[in-house]
Amino acid sequence: MSLAAAKKCREPLGAGSEPAVVEAMALVHKLDQAPPPDDAEDEAPLYAARRKIYPQAVSGTFRRIKWAVLVATLGVYYLLPFVRWDRGPNAPSQAVLIDFPNRRFYFFFIEIWPQEVYYLTGLLILAALVLFLMNAVAGRVWCGYLCPQTVWTDLFCAIERIVEGDRREHMLRERGPWTTERVARLGLKHFLWIMVAWWTGGAWVLYFADAPTLVRDLATFQAPFVAYLWIGILTATTYVFAGHMREQVCTYMCPWPRIQAALTDEHALNVTYRYDRGEPRGSFKKNAALRQQGLPAGDCIDCLQCLYVCPTGVDIRDGANLGCIQCGLCIDACDSVMAKIGRPPRLIAYDTDLNIKRRQEGKPPQLRIVRARTVLYSALVAVVGAVMLYALATRTTESISVIHDRNPAFVRLSDGSLRNGYTVRIVNKQLAVREFALDITGISNLAYEFVGVPGSTDGRRIVEVGPDQTREVRVLVTSSKALPHSTEIVFRITDLATGLQAQASDYFRGP
Amino acid sequence: MAGERDIDELTGTATTGHEWDGIRELNTPLPRWWLWLFYITIAWSIGYWIVYPSWPLVSSYTVGVFNWHSREAVIADLDALRAQRGPLVERLAQASLAEIAADEALSQFARAQGRPTFQENCAPCHGSGGGGAKGYPNLLDDEWIWGGRLEDIALTIRHGIRTAQSNDRQGSMPAFGRDGILKRPDIEAVADYVRLLAGLNTDKPANLERGKEVFAETCAVCHGADGRGRREVGAPNLTDAIWLYGSDRTSIVEGLWNGRGGVMPAWEGRLDESTIKALTIYVHTLGGGVR
Repeated sequence: MSLAAAKKCREPLGAGSEPAVVEAMALVHKLDQAPPPDDAEDEAPLYAARRKIYPQAVSGTFRRIKWAVLVATLGVYYLLPFVRWDRGPNAPSQAVLIDFPNRRFYFFFIEIWPQEVYYLTGLLILAALVLFLMNAVAGRVWCGYLCPQTVWTDLFCAIERIVEGDRREHMLRERGPWTTERVARLGLKHFLWIMVAWWTGGAWVLYFADAPTLVRDLATFQAPFVAYLWIGILTATTYVFAGHMREQVCTYMCPWPRIQAALTDEHALNVTYRYDRGEPRGSFKKNAALRQQGLPAGDCIDCLQCLYVCPTGVDIRDGANLGCIQCGLCIDACDSVMAKIGRPPRLIAYDTDLNIKRRQEGKPPQLRIVRARTVLYSALVAVVGAVMLYALATRTTESISVIHDRNPAFVRLSDGSLRNGYTVRIVNKQLAVREFALDITGISNLAYEFVGVPGSTDGRRIVEVGPDQTREVRVLVTSSKALPHSTEIVFRITDLATGLQAQASDYFRGP
Repeated sequence: MAGERDIDELTGTATTGHEWDGIRELNTPLPRWWLWLFYITIAWSIGYWIVYPSWPLVSSYTVGVFNWHSREAVIADLDALRAQRGPLVERLAQASLAEIAADEALSQFARAQGRPTFQENCAPCHGSGGGGAKGYPNLLDDEWIWGGRLEDIALTIRHGIRTAQSNDRQGSMPAFGRDGILKRPDIEAVADYVRLLAGLNTDKPANLERGKEVFAETCAVCHGADGRGRREVGAPNLTDAIWLYGSDRTSIVEGLWNGRGGVMPAWEGRLDESTIKALTIYVHTLGGGVR
């Protein structure tokens, strides 16, 4: 059945209800269907006016899942900065902390240095692959349940419904006169929105400094200006995006719907209107009569409940749609209607177009989760995850790097001997002071000088490196005998307490 | 597109009326808030004119309501940096050179401070790595014409060499040939003798006897009878492997004929006390510093 034909089947609202309700519903329906006011001109408008969406409250399985995800994700976001993690006296005791001044990132037992930012790269690769996997299995799961834009918009819509009433009440109030109550409700809504947005921005900055200290400083106006600035910026973006922009972000600003559409295939489960069962749509009474006569009649009674609950204002019955974030709320709405009219649930369900066609041909539906792409994505997720785990588990806590002096490459001394200069950097990633013995091997009969490191034990130079710090040592190496143009030389550190070693090689240069 | 609107059948969307080889363009206009964002950016730019310096005038420019200036912003940043480093800079200014060298943290700070100072002020002559060039001493080796201890280096940086401030550091190599003190054959003979002192080959049939005589009469006063030089007058050691102007016969003859006397500027007054100390420590730890 073509979409155009499906549209022709659409009938006006069912007759026989209470006159007042019918009138209200008709008004709402009219508002919903009416084109934007200045669209009536002959010339098409250059810019489209926005159609305001009033998502209706709904209850059911997917609504419960969405509430649970909302509570879990927002709970993590708001409370995580306050989780403590004892790392001893030489490191902060906040579980998750991005410490920009000291260039450290802490995540529970993991500590990342700037040069280990490839862990972040791995994490982003993993995130992308999981996103692709979710897409291959069930379409826009990310958009419908997990995306911050969806979660915060959901929260803001809930506040709006509590303060200004559900869809119908809200729409009628907005059509009505400016009463004190309307102004008060509007003011309260925006106040609550800004409060939520403010907490959102406030929680963000807590990830960048010791949370309890920063909360106290913020409250007493002792916090750095940049903290207030970021709270302000994120309060504004949250308020604008979740309160005002909403589905416009998904439709016009987000690249994922476009990428997702290119990545998906015919076996991916999507929120689908089963038109094989729903069409021809018609009023409950008309279709019941048709059914009694043994004529074709669909289960869709054209009540538009699926459209009313939709947070992006799309009609799922038009088929797969760029605007649909696949949150499943229309499934809940339709199921409650089906229960009332005594028809089986899931007229709208997670399904594929392919299955609809199979059912129309009398074949059983197919669920193909295990496909080449899901297997490939899962395998890639496993491989990247394993590589990251391995890298994390075998992370060394000491390292050494050597840079040879470039200009000049070597120096001739007054007695004719040659000297090379090296800048050695010793890294200690443990949270305690460590003593390293610095040995130089590879060439015999060399004389060494360690600038800025006094003393030595048993002929070895001992370098003390502070907790979670690096130390630079300038080493001058002199050879009194003639050496070839370039000879390999090895710098090795040995932890005096544990015996752990690390080494780096360079060259001794001559004329 | 006159009057009638062309509606695409499949999508139910109006078209723009444009058609290329049967392909028609659907009219899906941008949202109006997009247009408003555009207007807001224009308004924002007008705000910039008012707040920041912007419009050029005939001989000046509009300064903006806060009188903001990029130079003042840089000065403020530098002041903040100085305030942050203040305590260490103060310690650097108070401590003696020996104390700084003995203190690990302080000498590390001094080296870090000295490096950019060296790059800005010293590198043009002495090279970015301190390796020097012909006529500009290498600061990495162990030969120091005026002394390589901390105090010597500090004094050289402060007062320079052969400047009005450098007091007794005025000695220079006379122009023996140009001023008619020595004849050409004597100069060539002493040049060969000097190469012999340094253990270098004298391949030409050289008059080493005459060279030794001339050296004893003329050169030994400053460079010493053995040719090992005298720091007091800045006469370099002629017997080692290091030659400021080159060890070939031509360079030595040229030096004897025209004289030598490179000038190092005085930095006292141009660099502050803590910077001079930091630079001294940096140069001393480059490799050549004498303890």
